[in-house]
Amino acid sequence: MSDPMQEIRASFFIECEELLEALQDGLNALSEGDADSETINVVFRAVHSIKGGAGAFGLDQLVGFAHKFENALDAVRGGTLSVDDELMQLFFKCGDILSDVVRASRDDETLDEGITAPVIAELIAVVGDTGDEEEEEELDFTPTALSLDLGGIEDLAGADDGMADLADLPDLGDLPNPGTDPTDDTPPVSAKGDEPATDDGLRVFKIGFSPEPELYLGGNEPLFLFRLLEDLGDVESQIEVNATLPALDELQPNAALLNWTILLRTNADQSAVAEIFEFVEGICQLDIGLHDPSEAEEDLAGAPKDPPAPLPVEPPPEPTPLPETAENPPSLPPAPAPNPAPEPTAEAASGADAAKSNASKTPSKSATVRVDLERIDRLVNLVGELVINQAMLAQSVTEAGLPSNSPVSSGLDEFQHLTRNIQESVMMIRAQPVKSLFQRMGRIVREASTAVGKDARLVTEGEATEIDKTVIERLSDPLTHMIRNAVDHGLESAEDRAAAGKPERGIVRLTAAHRSGRVVIEVSDDGGGINRPKVQALAEERGLIPAGQSLSDQEIDNLLFMAGFSTADQVSNLSGRGVGMDVVKSSISALGGRISTTSTPGRGTSFSISLPLTLAVLDGMVVRIEQETMVVPLSAIAETLTLNETDIRALGPRTRVVLVREEFVPLLDLGAELGYRTPRASYAGCVALLIVQEDGSRAALIVDRIDDQRQVVIKGLQDSYGHVPGVAAATILGDGKIALILDPADLISNASGYSTPDPALQQKAG
Amino acid sequence: MTISVLAVDDSRTMRDMIRLALNGAGMETHLAEDGQHGLEVLDGLMPDAIITDINMPRLDGFGFIDAVRGLDRLQSTPILVLTTESADELKAKARRAGATGWIVKPFDPEKLVRALRMVTG
Repeated sequence: MSDPMQEIRASFFIECEELLEALQDGLNALSEGDADSETINVVFRAVHSIKGGAGAFGLDQLVGFAHKFENALDAVRGGTLSVDDELMQLFFKCGDILSDVVRASRDDETLDEGITAPVIAELIAVVGDTGDEEEEEELDFTPTALSLDLGGIEDLAGADDGMADLADLPDLGDLPNPGTDPTDDTPPVSAKGDEPATDDGLRVFKIGFSPEPELYLGGNEPLFLFRLLEDLGDVESQIEVNATLPALDELQPNAALLNWTILLRTNADQSAVAEIFEFVEGICQLDIGLHDPSEAEEDLAGAPKDPPAPLPVEPPPEPTPLPETAENPPSLPPAPAPNPAPEPTAEAASGADAAKSNASKTPSKSATVRVDLERIDRLVNLVGELVINQAMLAQSVTEAGLPSNSPVSSGLDEFQHLTRNIQESVMMIRAQPVKSLFQRMGRIVREASTAVGKDARLVTEGEATEIDKTVIERLSDPLTHMIRNAVDHGLESAEDRAAAGKPERGIVRLTAAHRSGRVVIEVSDDGGGINRPKVQALAEERGLIPAGQSLSDQEIDNLLFMAGFSTADQVSNLSGRGVGMDVVKSSISALGGRISTTSTPGRGTSFSISLPLTLAVLDGMVVRIEQETMVVPLSAIAETLTLNETDIRALGPRTRVVLVREEFVPLLDLGAELGYRTPRASYAGCVALLIVQEDGSRAALIVDRIDDQRQVVIKGLQDSYGHVPGVAAATILGDGKIALILDPADLISNASGYSTPDPALQQKAG
Repeated sequence: MTISVLAVDDSRTMRDMIRLALNGAGMETHLAEDGQHGLEVLDGLMPDAIITDINMPRLDGFGFIDAVRGLDRLQSTPILVLTTESADELKAKARRAGATGWIVKPFDPEKLVRALRMVTG
C-alpha cells in the first residue's frame, strides 16, 4: 500500500508526542523537587529516543538540537551538573523548542535558527562543548583503523606445503610481481595505501587471525566470518593449532586453540575486509595486509618456528575440514559451550533470576493497540444504531402487550443493560486523558509570563481525567486564551503582588475533574480578582449596558463574556488578539458545555467549564409539542413546572412572565416559537421546562407534554442542513421516528417572546 | 532456514524500523519494549540472534545481556547492541557485558542485516 518508511515516519512523530509528554512530566517533577533517581533517566531517554529516530529519517536539525539537549541532561545524570532554578528554566525552554523542532520536522520544515541558536548557545555555556565534536565524528561508521602493516606477512613464516599448493592454484598463480609491473613501479611495501591489483583488477589480502578466548565467550563464530570473506572473493585458509590439542574430554570449549591464515582474492577494498572483523577487533590478533607473492615465497622458504598442523587448502564451495569444525560443535572452540565458564554464569544467572522475579512482581505495561480513528467512529455510530434498535424493540414488546415478567421482557431488560455497557465501553475508547492538553498549557504560561514580564507558574490537577478526544481537541483554543488571560489580566505585576504580601510568583491553576456525569475544567489564578467597578465602567463606556444600572457581582462578571470586551487598558500583544471571552464562551457552548466565573477581590478569579463526557450521546427530556416529538437536553433543564394561572403575568401586550420562587421568568411557548401553532389564550395547567443559562438567566419553555427522559444518540444535522436556528441535532427514537434535539440557549436568544395570541395571526390560522 | 531475531528497544520507531529491515530480509522478527520485556519474550523463544538497545527503562541493555548470558541455552546466542554513540568505551562495555557486536544508530537496514548474517552465519 503506502511506503512503509512513510508509515514509520508518521508513527515516529506520534511517538515523539508521547516522548515530549514524558519529558514534560519529568521536567515538572524535577522542578517540583519530587523527582527520584529514575526521573532524570526518563527525561534523558525521551530526548535520546527522539534523537535516535530523527537520525533514521535524516532530520538533521532535530538530531542536532536533541543532541545538545541530551548532552546537558547527561551531565545532570552523570552528576557533573546540578539542577537549580535557572537550569530548570533552560530545560523547560529546551523542551518547548524541541517540540517546535519536532513539529517543524514533521512538516518538512526547518525551525528558524534564530530560535534554536540562542538556546543551543545557553546549553553549551552550561555544559561546555567538550567531547561533542569528537562524538559527531564518531557518528561515522567507518571502522577504526586496522593494522595495514605489511610486515605482518612475516606471520606467513609458518606457511608450508599448503601455502605452496596455494601458490600453485591457477588464479593465485596469475598474480604479477608488483615490482615488475610497468604500470606500477612503486613497491607495495612502501606504499601502504596503494593497493596493487592483479591483471583482472583483483587484490589479494593476507589475513592473520588468532582469536582470543573472549571472542568465543561473546558469541562470535570464526566460521561465520570466513563465510563473509567468501562473499567477497576466493578464500584460501590455513589452520594452525597454537598448542597441543587436549583430549576431547579435556577440551575447554572456549579455549582459543586455533589460528588462521587466510588469503583472500577479491575486488573489494581493505575497509570492506576490515568491516567483517569489526566485532572481533580487540579480542583477536588480527593482521590484514596486501599479499605480496614474492615476499610470501621468500617466507615460505624460511623455516617456521612452530610447524603448524598442516591442513588442506579449502576451496570455498566444497566441504572441507573447516566447516566440519562447526558442524561438530564439541570438537572445536567455536561451538556453543556446554560447560559455561563458571564466573560470569553465576553472576549473570543471579541477575536473570532477579530480573525474572522482578518481572513476576511488576505488572507488565498495559498493552496498547493503535486504531484508526475512523474505525472507532464507525463503531460509535454502529453502537448508536444498536441503542436505537434496542429502544425500538423494547417499544414493540410493550406495544404487543407482553407482561413484564415474560421471558421476552426480561431478556430485553438484559439486552438493554448490555447495550448500555457496550455503549459506555465504546465511548471510553474515544476518551483520552486531558494530560496532553494540560501540558501544552504549561508552555503557554511560560511564554505568556515572559511576554508580559511576570513570574508565573502553572499548577495542574486531575490530568488523568478522561474526556472525548474531539472535545479535547476543540478545547485547546479556548483554554489557551483563558490561560493567557489569567497571566495577562488575572495576575498582578510583581510589585503589586509584593505590596499585597503575596509571593512574587503568581500561580495559574488548571484542574479537571468528573462531576455528576460531566467534566469540569477550571482555570483559576491567585491574582487581584475581577475589578468590578472597572468592568462595569468599561461596559458602559462601550455601550454594552446602560449607564448607572445597579448590577449584582454575578451580572458584572458575566459582562466579560459579552462581545467586544477587554479590560486591559492597553491591549497587550498577548491576549488582545481579537478573541474575547465571548468567543471562548461560544466555543464551549458548541461543545455542549457551560462556562461560568467566580472572583474574589484580592484573591483571584476562577473560570469553570462544564462539559459533557461525549459528543455522541446526551441525556434528554423527550417532549411533545403539537404532533411533534422533540428532545431537550437534560443538562439545560433546572426543573419542570406546572403553570398556575395566578403565577402568569402579562408583560406588555404580547409577552408574559411566570413567577417562579418569587422571581419573574420569561415565558416562551415552544409551539409558537417553532411555528407549529399560534400562541394560546391561556397557559394555565401547561407544562413548562425551566431553563437556566450559563449567565444565570432563566426562561420557562412551554411544552404540551413530557413523554420520557432517556439517553439519546446524537445525529448531527450540520452536514446536511447546516445550522438550523434553535435545533442542535437530531436523534432516532425507539419507535423509529426522528426527533429534533433542541438548543434551548439558541431558542431563547432568538425568541420572539410572543406568548399572547396575535389577533392577525390568529385570524389567519382560523 | 529462517533466521529468527529478537529486537529489544524502547522506541516504537526503532522497533518498527528493525522489523521492516529484518522482515524485508526474510528474517523472523520478535520485539520487546525493554530488557525486562525481552527476558519475558525469551521465556518461550530461542532466537538465532538478539538485538538490543542500551538506554531502556526497567532493565537496560547491559543488564539484559548479562541476564541472557546467564541462561545456559542462550550463552552463545549472538547479541548485537544498538547504540547512538560509537564511543570505544561503550563498545568495550558492551563487549564486557557479553555482546557479540554493535550497530550504530541511525542504522542502515542493509548494514543491520549484514551484521546479523555476520554473527549468525
